Amino acid sequence: MAIVLDKSHRWRIVAAHVFLIALCVAVIFPFLMIISISLRPGNFATGSIIPEHISLEHWRFVLGLPYQAADGRLIEPDLPVLRWMYNSVKIASISALIGLTLSTTAAYAFARMKFHGKKSALTGLMLMQMFPAVLALVAIYAIFDRIGSAFPAFGIDTHAALLLAYSGGIALFIWTIKGYYETIPVEIEEAAKVDGATPWQAFRMVLLPMAVPILMVVFLQGFIGAIIEYPVASIILQQQDNLTMATGSQKFLYAQKYLWGDFAAAAILSGLPITVLFVLSQKWMISGLTAGGIKG
Amino acid sequence: MSEPSLLKRWSGPAVLVLVVLAALYLVTVMYSVGQTLLAGIMLVIVALALWVYSSERTYAYRYLFPAIGAALIFVVFPMLYTIAIGFTNYSSKNLLEFSMAERYLLDEVHQAEGPTYAFTLHPDGQEFRLRLENAESGKAFLAGPLALIGDKTLELKAEPADKVSFTVGDPVTLKDLIARQKALKALLIVLPDGGKVRLTSLREFAPVEPLFKRNADGSLVNVSDGSVLKPNMTTGFFETASGEKVQPGFQVGVGTANFVRVFTDKKFQEPFVRIFVWTVIFAALTVLFATAVGMLLAVILNWDALQFKGVYRVMLFLPYAVPGFISILVFRGLFNQNSGEINLILSAIFGIKPAWFSDPFLAKVMLLVVNTWLGFPYMMLMCMGFIKAIPSDLYEASAVAGAGPITNFVTITLPLILKPLMPILISSFAFNFNNFVLITLLTGGRPDFLDTSVPAGTTDILVSYTYRMAFQDSGQQFGLAAAISTVIFLIVAAITMVQMRVTRVVEEEGR
Repeated sequence: MAIVLDKSHRWRIVAAHVFLIALCVAVIFPFLMIISISLRPGNFATGSIIPEHISLEHWRFVLGLPYQAADGRLIEPDLPVLRWMYNSVKIASISALIGLTLSTTAAYAFARMKFHGKKSALTGLMLMQMFPAVLALVAIYAIFDRIGSAFPAFGIDTHAALLLAYSGGIALFIWTIKGYYETIPVEIEEAAKVDGATPWQAFRMVLLPMAVPILMVVFLQGFIGAIIEYPVASIILQQQDNLTMATGSQKFLYAQKYLWGDFAAAAILSGLPITVLFVLSQKWMISGLTAGGIKG
Repeated sequence: MSEPSLLKRWSGPAVLVLVVLAALYLVTVMYSVGQTLLAGIMLVIVALALWVYSSERTYAYRYLFPAIGAALIFVVFPMLYTIAIGFTNYSSKNLLEFSMAERYLLDEVHQAEGPTYAFTLHPDGQEFRLRLENAESGKAFLAGPLALIGDKTLELKAEPADKVSFTVGDPVTLKDLIARQKALKALLIVLPDGGKVRLTSLREFAPVEPLFKRNADGSLVNVSDGSVLKPNMTTGFFETASGEKVQPGFQVGVGTANFVRVFTDKKFQEPFVRIFVWTVIFAALTVLFATAVGMLLAVILNWDALQFKGVYRVMLFLPYAVPGFISILVFRGLFNQNSGEINLILSAIFGIKPAWFSDPFLAKVMLLVVNTWLGFPYMMLMCMGFIKAIPSDLYEASAVAGAGPITNFVTITLPLILKPLMPILISSFAFNFNNFVLITLLTGGRPDFLDTSVPAGTTDILVSYTYRMAFQDSGQQFGLAAAISTVIFLIVAAITMVQMRVTRVVEEEGR
């Protein structure tokens, strides 16, 4: 923190708080609507933000507990929402880890090394993301159909296939991490090399610990991307028990009867792992700053 | 520097050899299943990996190999495959490959001339015997004993029942009969008089023949009436002599017909320019607003003197945590003109109830507001990450020099995070250029233009417009849609290349 403070410091802090609170209210408002929809009896999308009657039927449905419906009958939840949640978290964590592993090493090569084809590879990575993915689905299905006939463990309707499909979406991660590496002065690694470290050791023991903030950010991005991803997952996963939250929630939306309440409860559940991860990762992002000891 | 131990020296190459051997085993498995193309690709990958990880000159590539490999196989290859589909007539009417369509027609059967036989199945220990009886002539025949496991095609002779020493007991129950249906369907029974019969229903065997016979030149002759079907490689159908098309159709290459249609068909041209302009504006403004809000919040939340930073961060991060498709649908309800909460608040304070969904300009404003709500947490996160890399003694020095927060931001923060942020801005632009989900869920592209001959919306972007054209017009035309996607990709790639050139993102840092 700067040791010299301006006179208007106190007022600026108050103004900042006011602004942030106002923004938070505007931002949270739709989120509060989702919560209130999930607590309403029935399946209505409009209504007051604090529901007149609070009904836990949607939450009971989503958590797999039987409950009594409005007409008195016992409803046994038939959609395995908690299982979908487990699938989503599992796939998202592993996919984020794989993406992180692949992209840290590649970003190191792009940031620190010279080699043929560097510019074209970087440009290619950027341009790769431009293709409207809505139509590559036919190709992806064809690829995994073929792989599945040779190795059923990696074919259609397996989580392994989904992980493989997500492993290609690392272009943006590479660019992000590369940008961060370039802000770290290269002199420290050069000092390590003078001491006899190989490039791999300089990378693993010198650069990587200093890059922890951006690694957490990229892990979080990969995690979120995998949890909310719908098109590829809907093509590859078929059986009900294998679905993720994103694909499974669609089962609540029949064309004739949108089950808004259950859908809202499921959506809140899918947001929970991401929020928890974000809160936990704050510590890592900040500790990455104090480790390393060259910045201020 | 001491010599690395023998174990360390050889562990690397040993691991490489093991991995290569495992990969070669996979290649043989794939080849044995018949997936030659896949096996070939895998072989190429293994050879490349071996070269990259053992040659001294390819040291840098060792870091890149897994990442680039994954990107090439799972992103670039589907992309090229889809572009290739653009050169065919793949659609819901022309769905199968030629060999599959031919097989479908060749598998069709019809009942031929000859007597039919009532059929019962009798157990014989662990095996079964089939009894066929012709109602008219009263003759009965027996075939078997058979195991009836699996569905392998089997041709066997039947003997007259009085010549076989087997006492026929009760037939098996219907349940057991149905359980063995697959095996029974694969049987071809040859009777003593030479007639061949197959299972036609659960209680009947009848002479059955394939309906079509394949000629040497590829045409199919209908055995019952002698008509000929010729495969037409231009239209993708088998056609009768009079030119009538027979289902199922098959995929054929149509060359550049789809692309020509995209550029010359009047129905596409009319609203194209307007939609293109709106797409560019929409993407650019979204990136601008989301980045501005995100950067502002990142700077404020980086301020050490501010308390409760963690709480604010979590609350402002929430729009990113909730999946987009639910938030967008909730917003659709919130912006409802008569009963949505936003209009209720606006009419209470200002007395106006804007028509968000029916006025084109307000619809566009609504789209930008929602997309900024969805996008700013991501930008905030990125900026937070990059701001952490700025040494804090820079801010110390500027505070001593008497600079205020605006000067700090403009001269220190902004220049230092702009370079790593640039690729993110570019790809965010590209993402929103193709942001199909938002447009479709929030407005559906509406309100529509009033002066076009084909339905097109004022809030449609290129992707949603072409999706409407290709999938909701007449049949699902994947080939046409793939061609349009290729064109969109080329446009976006061109814009991106220009952006990258202008911002000099790929250049080496001067040393």
